[in-house]
Amino acid sequence: MVVKARFQMFAVVLLGALFLVPQTVEAAKISELVEVHVGEQFVRFFSFRDPAIRHILVGCFFMGINFGLLGTFVVVRKMALVGDTLSHAVLPGVAVGFLFTMSKEPWSILLGATLAGLLGTALVSWIKRSTKLKQDAALGMVLATFFALGVCIIKLIEGLPSVNKSGLDHFFYGQAAALGTGDLWMMGGTAVLACLLIALLYPPLLATSFDQVFARSVGLPERLLYHLLMFLLALATVVALQAVGALMVSAMLITPAATAYLLTKRLHTMLLIATVLAIVSGMLGAFFSFVGEGLVKHALPTGPSMALCAGAFFLLAFFFSPYHGFLFRWYRKFSQTRQITVENTLKAVYRAMELDRFKNEGIPVKSLASGARETLEATHKRLKLLVRDRLATLADDGDVVYLTPDGLQHASRVVRNHRLWELYLTNEADYDADHVHADAEKVEHILREEQVMQLERYLDYPEQDPHGKRIPSLRDTQRLPLKDLAGKEDADT
Amino acid sequence: MNVTARSQDSTDIVLETHDLTVAYDKKPVLYGIDVAVTPGQLVGIMGPNGAGKSTLIKAIMGLLDPASGWIQIFGEPNTTQRKRVSYVPQRREVDWDFPVTVMDVVLMGRYGHLGLFRRPGKRDREIAMEALEKVNMIPYAGRQISNLSGGQQQRVFLARALAQEADLYLMDEPFVGVDAATESTIIQLLHDLRSNGKTILVVHHDLPTARNYFDSLLLLNMRMIAFGPVDEVFREDLLQRAYGGRLTILSEVAEEVGEKSKVDVSASS
Repeated sequence: MVVKARFQMFAVVLLGALFLVPQTVEAAKISELVEVHVGEQFVRFFSFRDPAIRHILVGCFFMGINFGLLGTFVVVRKMALVGDTLSHAVLPGVAVGFLFTMSKEPWSILLGATLAGLLGTALVSWIKRSTKLKQDAALGMVLATFFALGVCIIKLIEGLPSVNKSGLDHFFYGQAAALGTGDLWMMGGTAVLACLLIALLYPPLLATSFDQVFARSVGLPERLLYHLLMFLLALATVVALQAVGALMVSAMLITPAATAYLLTKRLHTMLLIATVLAIVSGMLGAFFSFVGEGLVKHALPTGPSMALCAGAFFLLAFFFSPYHGFLFRWYRKFSQTRQITVENTLKAVYRAMELDRFKNEGIPVKSLASGARETLEATHKRLKLLVRDRLATLADDGDVVYLTPDGLQHASRVVRNHRLWELYLTNEADYDADHVHADAEKVEHILREEQVMQLERYLDYPEQDPHGKRIPSLRDTQRLPLKDLAGKEDADT
Repeated sequence: MNVTARSQDSTDIVLETHDLTVAYDKKPVLYGIDVAVTPGQLVGIMGPNGAGKSTLIKAIMGLLDPASGWIQIFGEPNTTQRKRVSYVPQRREVDWDFPVTVMDVVLMGRYGHLGLFRRPGKRDREIAMEALEKVNMIPYAGRQISNLSGGQQQRVFLARALAQEADLYLMDEPFVGVDAATESTIIQLLHDLRSNGKTILVVHHDLPTARNYFDSLLLLNMRMIAFGPVDEVFREDLLQRAYGGRLTILSEVAEEVGEKSKVDVSASS
């Protein structure tokens, strides 16, 4: 667990450092220079020199805070579709807000969009309450209808003569470069509100998100907290529209939080990781659209490239997460398989030694191979694993195998597990003696020490398995010279 | 005189409902329930599916509003007594993949005492640890809850309820889907609580075990069928009335009441 915690710390620090590097290595670039390399562009972009770019980066920072914090609650409360609907439902409000002042005045757009968002969510719960339709259908319907309405109004506005309508399409796909000072103030304000809300009300927010009914039973204002979250979510969505666009808001809201969900088991670390990821994805996304713009010579929307960056981080987490990561699961499976091979090989050597009453320490590899009905090469390959783990040595040009003391100990343990389990199944679970081998083959690798001792006590310290073979005792699984085993084998017969 | 009568009430009767009718989604589920529970009792609430067992508990907790009648806890209206009542919901009602640890969940039992803005302190952690100890879950305190077995999940919920340090406990089917070890832990816990003078109401499903588990039984089937000591209530004829032929006309009418008020809603809006 400590290792995992360190891994998280490391990942966070690494991401943070990655983002700080360009500022420290910043060279004396002049913004008028035509950069050739992506690296130079990177430095220019992240050096905070250019005021326009500074706007973009500050915007991404606030947006990341908003989406990281609120997205986390959206994901753990299973409200992703609600966030998606909200982001689409605000569009007609944007259009009407624009019509009202006939300009991209941020305040009227904010007002219109917030009203439209609230109307949309109210409509969803009204449909849910008064018809048989369930939440997902209601959400999907409202999402599409509101969005369609927004598109129609915006297209109508674009057809109007003598209106400064430049940049209205930014509300679809986002254009971080179009962020004005007013937009930044609103984003910053929302970020401060979100931080305040979560800092002050973290315990009740955690409790209501985990178990609404219980939270209400102890008197927490569950509905009030829910509406507060929804209100902030609406606000965060609206102020981010300009930078990300209605179509991509939900990607930035949900993807960083979903990524963080894979990386942690505590809500507060999830909040932190989601926020960092959202900030970094936003900034990198803005950067890539800036680079692309230089290449294709026309403005590229920022929303999709931000969403793609967030998606790329998700992929990384999907493969490398220490809890659910594809790679780690694969590695765990691989090392389990290897362990089973090692133990089965040890057992085979032990049986061969037992067959000859432990008179000889060395076992010919050829007899092992024919016993296992496999080629010499295959047996060699398995024995090499033992050698690598210092459980055995090969002598005489690899023709004879000797178990090391550690190897013998380990082998005795596996055989002991196997035979105790067989005896347990025949005695206590009414298995026939010829039915138990296959099950014991699996169980021998997973029995824990205390379970084995429990089994032994339960079976009253047995000495022979159902097939009449000796069960190695606890002492045998500790360090023993071979001649002791040989002596016991003789005493048994 | 009023004052003495009140203090008299609060010592004698832990929970009292009077003519309590509760509707779920406009459809009445419980009709005219009159119950008075004295302190230090372990009460099993039993009845067939749809009898209103969980509904009764939720109404007592103030999670559902009664359609008529009232509920008093320690002689006061139920919604004013939240700190003295603890609720153990059904296990399947929460998402067990939620990113919290066992300790986080148990600490939530303290939130009712903390109010909105205070954070759990050292004392709260100690209480949570004691609660975990009583259900043998201390080794799991740092685990994420998704790694727990069904029985362990139930114990976490019980520990959260214990951390509330309440006087009246309401548990919704704590024995469903738990292993034998957890079952005996729960029984032990219920007995300990009772001997400390606490009162416990447990929604229970399994008739054969009910006899050994509880002091009193409350048989429910939309109406209260019987309430009293186990020996008096666990009788063929009473059980037959609770589990046998349901009160068909009552449930049909309830169905119609539900339909009608739904029509009313859509007509008026």
